Amino acid sequence: MPASAAPSTPQQYLQSLSRWHPIEIAFWLATLTPFLLFPTYLSLASQIAVAALFALSLDLILGYAGIVSLGHAAFFGIGAYTAGLFSKFVWGEPLSGLLVATAMAALVGYASSFIVARFRHLTLIMITLGLGLLLAEAANSAGWLTGGSDGLQGVDIWPLLGLFKFDLYGTTAYAYSLSVLFVVFLMARRLINSPFGLALRGIRENWVRMPAIGADSRSHIRKVYTISAGVAGIAGAVIAQTTSTVSLEALSFERSADVLVMLVLGGAGRLYGGLVGAAIFMIARDQFSGIAPQFWYFWIGILLIAVVMLLPNGILGGLSKILARWRGR
Amino acid sequence: MKRVLLAGATLLAAGLMAGSAQAQGTIKIGVVLPYSGQFADAAKQVDEGIKLYMKKHGDTVAGKKIEIIRKDSGGIAPPVAKRLAEELIVRDKVDILAGWLLTPNSIAGCGVSAEAKKVMVIMNAATSIIVDKSPYCTRTSFTLPMVTTTLGSWAAKNGIKKAYTMVSDFAPGHDAEQGFINGFKAGGGEIVGSVRMAVANPDFSAYVQRAKDINPEAIFVFIPGGAQPAALGKAFAERGIDPKKVKILGTGEVTDDSALKNMGDSALGIITAWPYDHNLKNKMNQDFVAAYKKEFGGDNPNFFSAGGYDGMTLIYEGLKKTKGDADADKLIAAMKGTKWTSPRGPMMIDPETRDVVETIYIRRVEKVGGKLVNVDFNKVENVKDPIHEAMKKK
Repeated sequence: MPASAAPSTPQQYLQSLSRWHPIEIAFWLATLTPFLLFPTYLSLASQIAVAALFALSLDLILGYAGIVSLGHAAFFGIGAYTAGLFSKFVWGEPLSGLLVATAMAALVGYASSFIVARFRHLTLIMITLGLGLLLAEAANSAGWLTGGSDGLQGVDIWPLLGLFKFDLYGTTAYAYSLSVLFVVFLMARRLINSPFGLALRGIRENWVRMPAIGADSRSHIRKVYTISAGVAGIAGAVIAQTTSTVSLEALSFERSADVLVMLVLGGAGRLYGGLVGAAIFMIARDQFSGIAPQFWYFWIGILLIAVVMLLPNGILGGLSKILARWRGR
Repeated sequence: MKRVLLAGATLLAAGLMAGSAQAQGTIKIGVVLPYSGQFADAAKQVDEGIKLYMKKHGDTVAGKKIEIIRKDSGGIAPPVAKRLAEELIVRDKVDILAGWLLTPNSIAGCGVSAEAKKVMVIMNAATSIIVDKSPYCTRTSFTLPMVTTTLGSWAAKNGIKKAYTMVSDFAPGHDAEQGFINGFKAGGGEIVGSVRMAVANPDFSAYVQRAKDINPEAIFVFIPGGAQPAALGKAFAERGIDPKKVKILGTGEVTDDSALKNMGDSALGIITAWPYDHNLKNKMNQDFVAAYKKEFGGDNPNFFSAGGYDGMTLIYEGLKKTKGDADADKLIAAMKGTKWTSPRGPMMIDPETRDVVETIYIRRVEKVGGKLVNVDFNKVENVKDPIHEAMKKK
């Protein structure tokens, strides 16, 4: 937030939130550096962008609306399978596949949002976990459609825009996933800095009081849950399209758990929290597993414990606190 | 900041130079295995097979130094496996991809092998179709239908007329069921019933009772390794199915060392088909087992280790033929039709399908010197993958 005088009207407050900070611009410029500096790391960069997108989708419900989900991979997987099946049975054009996958994930998200909006806390964790596991098992049983535990066969993705083939170096893959991430991020930013976003934060803090001031908690939760499911579907579709692979792992509990870890590392309830967390998690995994493959989760565990103990609001939360203190002096 | 950037650039430059300097006399092999997670133990055994071969045969072949670069795919994760394969090729500049334990990961890896034109040696993953995904892909393990179809036709030829099948309800289970039924029916046998059981922690007693009521001459089972074989053995014993009267047929996973430990004497008499066991009585295998135990602290090698060991054999033999040239077209051409003797017995790479051709042993669990072992009493030689054979005929 700019250090200028406190905003006087709600409109001014929201405007001040949506103003671009120089650090944000630097962040997005930095995401372009892998093209020049690390041309052999573009596949990893692309998967980081996908993880960031997925973490962003979880942030929308967990960070802003306080909906804890342990089954968010369900929507990621729906997106991945829809994109994969679309390329197999309809055509391999990626952008239309992306749209269909998003719509599908959002649709399932909308259907399940009616259950989700009725519960809070532990019940909600159990319900999302259960839905996620059910879907994973359903995909396993429907081997005729999904390929079961062998993974989906016959995924065939055409070149992006008819020009750029998804290559070995991952140049197209990263350009694609980064563009998608940026566009979705802009939309999420707009959403969060709107009155709707403010209402969500109100619901997170006190879900009984919000209806009293005219924001119906349940309908708000249904909306944001649907949006979040759609974004998770986008992430799943992008990974399916950039790697031409889809398997049950896209729906697995590990994926739901990993994204939660990423978000907590980076800082939930901050737009950049998921992005930073995903980057740290993925890079740490890549580096640690290069050193000692058997033990990389150990180091992630240590990192996670350190962050939640020392920086309760994640790495970004801690940084902004330090920054605020430094400014105050 | 400037200093950090400078250091980074220097490192990068150093890395690039090292890369080009090494390229002369070195052949790099990128090994992708799930070193972490629930398949870590199997990955370790494949890796130990690789290590043992290189210890015995040195790290130079046809004048080239062999360098192994290991990457952890961490369980079933095709996007990760694909990325690792890509990185191995574009960053580490490997000449050959190897390892590959899990089917979905291997299929993802084959895509990279085809696009980058690199030979890929599958040391374990056992689904037939994998090797068809890249013209540079070959395999040194086995395929599941090689085992189950062979077992089915062996059973039909050896006096079993009516069989019942019990498999876990997942893709490998379905393949195993189909493979057995194909082989058994082709040999003139009759399937009197089939059941598919829940994959995770099933209660076997109901399934076993149903099988008993039908009273077949033999029961074919396929279940995941680990704790399940013991539970199944117990259910057979409780329901009064005696492996000596009703023949219980299965794949080697049902009676591998760890399963036998859990099953105890209820395993006696179970008949399995499998390409390798540490109990095989050939000289080469006895040396292999002794060296393996000495090197890695006492455990017997299993089919994972054999797959890794033979994978390296194939790479070395191929490179000898090409005089150290790892160009994918030349190397895969050299590998096609390669024959060698393995601890498993005679092996070959089918020139048409690039899949493995080997002996399948028929074994029975017996007590030898107070220990339960798989004693091979029959074998079928030169077994080819039945699915690929069927494709050829079309």
